[in-house]
Amino acid sequence: MKQLLTGNEAAAEAAILAGCRYYYGYPITPQNELINYMSVRMPQVGGTFIQAESEIAAISMVHGSAAAGGRSMTSSSSPGISLKQEGISYLAGSELPCVIINIQRGGPGLGDISASQADYFQAVKGGGHGDYHTIVLAPSSVQEMADLVYDAFDMSDNYRNPVMILGDAQIGQLMEPVEFYKKQKNNLPAKNWSLTGAQGRKRNIIKSFYPVKGELEEFNAHLQKKYKMIEEHEIRYEAINIHEADIILVAYGTSARICKEVVKKSQQFKFKVGMVRPITLWPFPKEIIRRISEKVQCILTVEMSAGQMVEDVRLAVESRCPVHFYGRTGGGVPTSLEVIRKIVEIVPDNKVANTLLKLAEVK
Amino acid sequence: MQTIIYEKPKTLTDTPTHFCPGCGHGIVLRLIAEIIDTWGIRSKTIGLAPVGCAVLAYNYLDIDMCEAAHGRPPAVATGIKRVHPDHVVFTYQGDGDLAAIGTAEIIHAANRGENITFIFVNNAVYGMTSGQMAPTTMLGQKTATTPSGRDVINYGNPIRICELLAVLDGSSYLERVSLSSPENIRKTKKALEKGFKTQIEKRGFSLIEILSPCPIYWRMDANESMKYIDEDMTRTFPLGVVKDWEHKN
Ligand SMILES: Cc1ncc(C[n+]2csc(CCOP(=O)(O)OP(=O)(O)O)c2C)c(N)n1
Ligand code: SF4
Ligand SMILES: [Mg+2]
Repeated sequence: MKQLLTGNEAAAEAAILAGCRYYYGYPITPQNELINYMSVRMPQVGGTFIQAESEIAAISMVHGSAAAGGRSMTSSSSPGISLKQEGISYLAGSELPCVIINIQRGGPGLGDISASQADYFQAVKGGGHGDYHTIVLAPSSVQEMADLVYDAFDMSDNYRNPVMILGDAQIGQLMEPVEFYKKQKNNLPAKNWSLTGAQGRKRNIIKSFYPVKGELEEFNAHLQKKYKMIEEHEIRYEAINIHEADIILVAYGTSARICKEVVKKSQQFKFKVGMVRPITLWPFPKEIIRRISEKVQCILTVEMSAGQMVEDVRLAVESRCPVHFYGRTGGGVPTSLEVIRKIVEIVPDNKVANTLLKLAEVK
Repeated sequence: MQTIIYEKPKTLTDTPTHFCPGCGHGIVLRLIAEIIDTWGIRSKTIGLAPVGCAVLAYNYLDIDMCEAAHGRPPAVATGIKRVHPDHVVFTYQGDGDLAAIGTAEIIHAANRGENITFIFVNNAVYGMTSGQMAPTTMLGQKTATTPSGRDVINYGNPIRICELLAVLDGSSYLERVSLSSPENIRKTKKALEKGFKTQIEKRGFSLIEILSPCPIYWRMDANESMKYIDEDMTRTFPLGVVKDWEHKN
């Protein structure tokens, strides 16, 4: 049965259905629908809901519940996610599974409460200290938010690694029909590392401190091996018209919704527009972008930031074709017309020919 | 026939501790191990190690343990206790950990009345980072960052955690003890037992503050340290029960 929910509520409900019973949060716009929803639903299913004293405390409570073997989640928006970075680094360093939802808002500082994608670097490049990665998933609809939350829990348990869902104010507050149909994977590894009291076994220790020379390097090598495995198995993206395209758009989340509209409208043009929408931001779909870059005239990355994911696109392309960027910041959302104008500006002359004339008529 | 008068508690591992000579941490860990042994609660006890000189507590206590970021043990313990409400969960924290960087976490754990036992080792300095001022450093006390002694104008007064938490309705048992003599160590053990009892009987938040020597950064020998606790420290930090659910006044 379909329900009409905001992305925030869909994320909360999907978490409950995926078996999350420990949720810790701190209010911040634009993710308030999520914490409010959890405060109602968690007691109904016998779970734990705590409004923590800060985002630092909330992620630390997640640390505890995850260490004790419970499916645990926290959510916030940009300034709050900055505070959670300490805990995320400890969770990654302690190899603990958990899900963190970031409904991004404008920054830096207090910024504003409108949609933004300016936390990409923070999310995919680590964010906290140390050589670690969180798996980062980027939904572009309410339905996909729900679907990815289920997957996030399974992935985090499977790899014993934090998973972040990177949404934005638009995805979080938008209402769309959503259906909850996914099932939890049942072949996940047993949590025999978790803290349950040392009954009939050796003690379990959850830690990230390796003071003996050489041990930390060895542990980091183990982490890197795990990250490599994640890169090999978990990359996800959506590709549209990539085979006949002259130009490829790369965008995720809300920007990807706008770019899809651009692809549709571009059917009126003489040149072909395709797009790649990364669903996993880390691991990043570099291989498909590299392959595309060998065939297209150019690539345009569209973001609600001053240009962050575009750096990963460039790393994948390695100068095989020009990589352009169009972005809006501080609550500005690119319109499809703006993106089309940018395309016209960057597409080689022979392709653009009579398109300029038509631009005013683009519907 | 041999009678055993004294032996190493089973819950203490054979790993040699890394503490300096005359340090109080080893005594407190031993007392915890003794209680776990006597009460037979090893398999249902989960401990939280701090960031501080006692970070390696998990190498010495043979129980399930979790490390937390500096100051966060009360929040991490909260998360563990919600998963295992019938287990005995305790944190072990220094004064920097609990009374400076983790002030928010301990106050709110107390305010929520978390049914957890908090073991607070007050040695009036940051031992692990080479003896800087702690929130509990006494007026006039010389540390690495108060070379001419802590003065109230620049650094304020030492924080009395038990008294601070006592005003919160959520706290149930608060006592300050010391390690300055065998008699005081016995009292410390009693206080720890009371803390664990408070939790096992689901009476709520308990915190035992232990005045503990750090001879290295007090720049004293072990004997002088004990005297210092008795003659100086207890004037700022008076010993005794600050709050007790069994004897409401
Ligand atoms: C976020 C953070 N800040 C600072 C430190 C460095 N640090 C490690 S232990 C410590 C203070 C420990 O003092 P205390 O809690 O009193 O424990 P003690 O060593 O005295 O037992 C500090 C500041 C750290 N590890 N993490
Ligand atoms: S520095 Fe002080 S607290 Fe740390 S181990 Fe040495 S004596 Fe103990
Ligand atoms: Mg100290």
